[in-house]
Amino acid sequence: MNKILSSVAKTSAPEAPSPTIAIPTKSKAKSGALGHLIYVLRENPVTALAFIMFGVMVIAAVFGPYIVPYDPLATDSDSVLQPPSFSHWFGTDNLGRDVFSRVVVATRLDLVISVAAVALSFMIGSFLGAIAGYRGGWTDITLNRVLDTIMAFPLFVLAMGVVAALGNSIANIIYATAIINIPFYARLVRAEVNIRRNAGFTLAAKLSGNSDARILAFHIFPNALPPMMVQVSLNLGWAILNAAGLSFIGLGVRPPTPEWGIMVAEGANFIVSGEWWLALFPGLSLMVAVLTFNLMGDGLRDIVDPRRRT
Amino acid sequence: MGVLTMPTRRDFLKAGAVLAGTLPFARTFSALAAGSDTLVAVSGQTVNSLDLHRTGTNRASYQIAVNCYDRLVSFGTKQAEGGGLSYDYSTIVPELAESWTFSDDGMKITFKLKSGAVFNDGSKVTAADVKWSFDRAVSVGGFPTVQMKAGGFSRTEQFVAVDDETFTITLDQASKLSLPDLAVPVPFIINSKVAKENATTDDPWAMEYLHLNTIGSGAYSVTRWDAGQQVVFERNDKWVGGPTPPVRRVIMREVPSAATSRALIERGDVQVAFDIPDKDAAELADKVTVHSTPIENCIHSLCLNSKFEPFRDPDVRKAVAYAVPYDAIFKAAAYGRGAPLWGGAPKAEDIAWPRKSPYDTDMDKAKEHMAKSGFPDGFEIKLSISTGLSHWMEPTALLIQEAVGKIGIKVEIEKIPGASWRTAALVEKRLDFHLENFGGWLNTPDYYFFWAYQEGHLFNSSNYSNPEVEQLTNETLHMPMDDPEYAPKIMRMIDIVYEDLPRIPLWQPALNVALNGAGGYKFWFHRQLDIRGLTSVES
Amino acid sequence: MAARGTSVLTRIAQAIPVLFGVIVISFVLTRALPGDPAVQFAGIMATPETIEETRVKLGLDKPMPEQFVIYLGQLFQGDLGQSVSTGRPVVTELASRLPASLELTLSALILSCVVAVPLGVLAATRPGSWIDQICRLLVTMGVSLPTFFTGVMLIYIFYYLLGISPSPLGRLDFVYLDPPHVTGFFLIDAAVDGDWETWFGALKQLVLPAVTLALFTLAPIARMTRAAMLSALSSDYIRTARAAGLGSGRILYGYAFRNALLPVVTTLGMVFSFVLGANVLVEKVFAWPGIGSYAVEALIVSDYAAVQGFVLSMAFLFVFLNLLIDLAYSLIDPRFGTSGK
Repeated sequence: MNKILSSVAKTSAPEAPSPTIAIPTKSKAKSGALGHLIYVLRENPVTALAFIMFGVMVIAAVFGPYIVPYDPLATDSDSVLQPPSFSHWFGTDNLGRDVFSRVVVATRLDLVISVAAVALSFMIGSFLGAIAGYRGGWTDITLNRVLDTIMAFPLFVLAMGVVAALGNSIANIIYATAIINIPFYARLVRAEVNIRRNAGFTLAAKLSGNSDARILAFHIFPNALPPMMVQVSLNLGWAILNAAGLSFIGLGVRPPTPEWGIMVAEGANFIVSGEWWLALFPGLSLMVAVLTFNLMGDGLRDIVDPRRRT
Repeated sequence: MGVLTMPTRRDFLKAGAVLAGTLPFARTFSALAAGSDTLVAVSGQTVNSLDLHRTGTNRASYQIAVNCYDRLVSFGTKQAEGGGLSYDYSTIVPELAESWTFSDDGMKITFKLKSGAVFNDGSKVTAADVKWSFDRAVSVGGFPTVQMKAGGFSRTEQFVAVDDETFTITLDQASKLSLPDLAVPVPFIINSKVAKENATTDDPWAMEYLHLNTIGSGAYSVTRWDAGQQVVFERNDKWVGGPTPPVRRVIMREVPSAATSRALIERGDVQVAFDIPDKDAAELADKVTVHSTPIENCIHSLCLNSKFEPFRDPDVRKAVAYAVPYDAIFKAAAYGRGAPLWGGAPKAEDIAWPRKSPYDTDMDKAKEHMAKSGFPDGFEIKLSISTGLSHWMEPTALLIQEAVGKIGIKVEIEKIPGASWRTAALVEKRLDFHLENFGGWLNTPDYYFFWAYQEGHLFNSSNYSNPEVEQLTNETLHMPMDDPEYAPKIMRMIDIVYEDLPRIPLWQPALNVALNGAGGYKFWFHRQLDIRGLTSVES
Repeated sequence: MAARGTSVLTRIAQAIPVLFGVIVISFVLTRALPGDPAVQFAGIMATPETIEETRVKLGLDKPMPEQFVIYLGQLFQGDLGQSVSTGRPVVTELASRLPASLELTLSALILSCVVAVPLGVLAATRPGSWIDQICRLLVTMGVSLPTFFTGVMLIYIFYYLLGISPSPLGRLDFVYLDPPHVTGFFLIDAAVDGDWETWFGALKQLVLPAVTLALFTLAPIARMTRAAMLSALSSDYIRTARAAGLGSGRILYGYAFRNALLPVVTTLGMVFSFVLGANVLVEKVFAWPGIGSYAVEALIVSDYAAVQGFVLSMAFLFVFLNLLIDLAYSLIDPRFGTSGK
């Protein structure tokens, strides 16, 4: 019965959109990729802005600790909970620490957490998903069930469980965030690969003697990249938010390490009492960072998408 | 689930209508809620059982035992330091017992019960009920049994119902703690007839039934309990344990977010916000009525575990004691609520407890001691705090981390989740350097020493061991406080532990309560809200 | 039709190993949690003996495999065990709390879809225009804020400062009584009862938390709609359709949107399960008596039965949802094989 169904499905399936696979046209003097990049940035100022903001973030992450006006850990019992002023741009917290310095210094840790977690889940997820989608059969079934099992967990609670069980260190927060994101990539890649594994261009590549790994890596996988870029951009933000949520529950980065999520979580308790700056500035930084990641993701999509490269 | 936790609308309204007398059959009872007959209180804690004797019952649930059940005796009332009223450890007053007498050797107590006392089903309270309830408390194991033992009650044979209104307790040893231990929430009197009807062979103490139902003779009964949301108390008009409560109905809402609680009390949508953070208490004080009562016999301490090599060196312990920025901690972590416990006289002059330690922040002295010690170059250590208590532990730990860093002690702060905190800190006692907040229910120094400075005892998380302190504690524990030997022994104990410093006292914390449109608040050592005296007018 | 029925059965059969996996992992994970429940539940002032008594009472003195077998046996009888911290059967607890979470999540998702899908389509039809940019900015800002922060902000503005929303105290203000239980969804139950006063009361309580969650879910839905629409619009069959002179409305909704639905539905499923988990934080801020806040409390006190029961019921929900998505896939995209995998 299944066979009939599947053959019906296959024959009735319209041919997958014909592959306009990366054949960069050298119509411009510059090399294709760079030219395309400049073209996209010029066409889309918001993306350009995102790249600039990303640059600023990277600078803050690398040089932050050397350029901030105060030691982000130094307490000062004489200036506790000061509103923003000329000497403390973002005010001070309940221990008299300078919020601006803490926000800037936190950039590095937050970038590390999100990028590491997303990179980890991207690699593992797309590897698993690509194999499952391409090989089909038992590999697909097994991997799919394993992924389903992970995904069947309420994700945030799974992350909480992992951190609670392993202890709340930065590495464990990264692992927890990575684990809960793996199935997202794996499923996405699997779906994309599954659609294309019997497509004309795949068969053509096979007939011309390409190995499976090569076909997967160079012919099918690039097609899965655009939707994955959207996912990556969203996930970079989610990774930070996830860490922030863990902090809110009390399972975050260890104090006194400055980290945006913890600062927002702790600052949230001060909003009703009028000390809005404690949560607002790290919150804004968080928002700007996620915004940057998202806008970049969009931009990347335009750059990577083979369809728009012609 | 029973009728109690999920009453149908009709049941609930019927009950409300009977109690309120003139309540019209309305779909909402907003008119009632807004009236002076109902108070709404909020608290961040959640009630997880209506039965204190049950395994796993949390602290917040003790309020049920306090408000819905009676004990034989209770503590008196006095004016509290931080405003409002407080229980008075020095006077014992009748609750269900009309009178009591001690035998000449102090080994037998005879209680006469009030003849008018009735349970909430209208049946008379008899000595048999008292016996059944006490038997239950010493038999079920866990916390109730341990607390009963503190007063010298451990076996069912000690309790005898002589006749309907006479009840005796035989003690193995005369102790000053016995009578006060009958006034704590644990030995509450249960309607044994109803309980037995709902007991089974597997469950002889009717744990399942009492978990969901209040069958006491107390001032209030729980008419509705939505776990995790609210408890509704309705007054028992026939209560004889004390003056009739002014408020007919009290709704206890559970609000986990402190910010939300603050907004609610500030806007007057609720009348009582119980156990609010020190910061909110400090800032709300000029807007609504705030009572911050220093908690008797409770000390927030910095503990130095003797398992950890450097902390065996007395100079290291003193160096830490002189390095701690007490004043900054008191301001940042307690917002000045509670009482300072530093900068006191070099020797104890009386038996007041908690008392100021002789130490104060003095970096020069700290460095001096450190240089003299076996660890002049300092060392690395983890300072452990509990996530559940991070509102005061975290700022405290951060300030200590910074301060002891200046004498070469490199501190990493470790946050331990609430579930493992008890195991790590109190049971395994494996935390080298940590914060702790023990408070004794029975308000005598010897009781504090018994738990916090005796080897192997639960709250001695520093693994402190000193033969002289052991001996003095055992000698004073049951000794009457007016015994001429008592005061010198206690002062000696205090001097020893302040010299040895297994626990560095930081401050005495306060219990904060904000009232907006309510009065009659009374502080209790058990740190639960006593709704029996609450009024709907500001006091 | 029969073939489709068989395929549904196959999928259900496939769910069994997943559920078993969830049972095993949740069992192991809860046991790996630090902290000793016996110590936790023996209460303050516990002595070593009372802790040991508690351990026996909780059945934690038995070897791990035996505990697992006992647990499995109970599961087959539909018994999720007794939550030690609330002292009630986990099944009862979940049954009373799940509707609260579902009502909140579904309201938020519906609200979110109503806003996000049109936004996404709008943005995709005018890629690069200022409308597109503004859509992007708006939805991205929503997803960029932690939900607990948004929640507290909304409470501060609409309750504390302006006083136009009711006190953030759970599902119903205390002046109302719960509507008679039909579905557990207060909005539906009150409507069935014809009690519009309570209905409005429940709605008022629902608005702020639902908006908080919806703000957070706008982005994935809007962005996936936009991306999928763009991809569909630039595909060859649309070009062909355009070349064939079909009306733009027909192209947009008849062809492009239908094809774009596939990733949107996937995203919706993911967002749903993500949000049910992420509810935790919003529930905490709004004192919402849902399943998420229950799970967090249980996790913190190592209440094994409660955590496992929560995870298992969520897994059931998820598997069911997945089945729906799979079926939707095969309905929307005929290319996608429905054969037993």
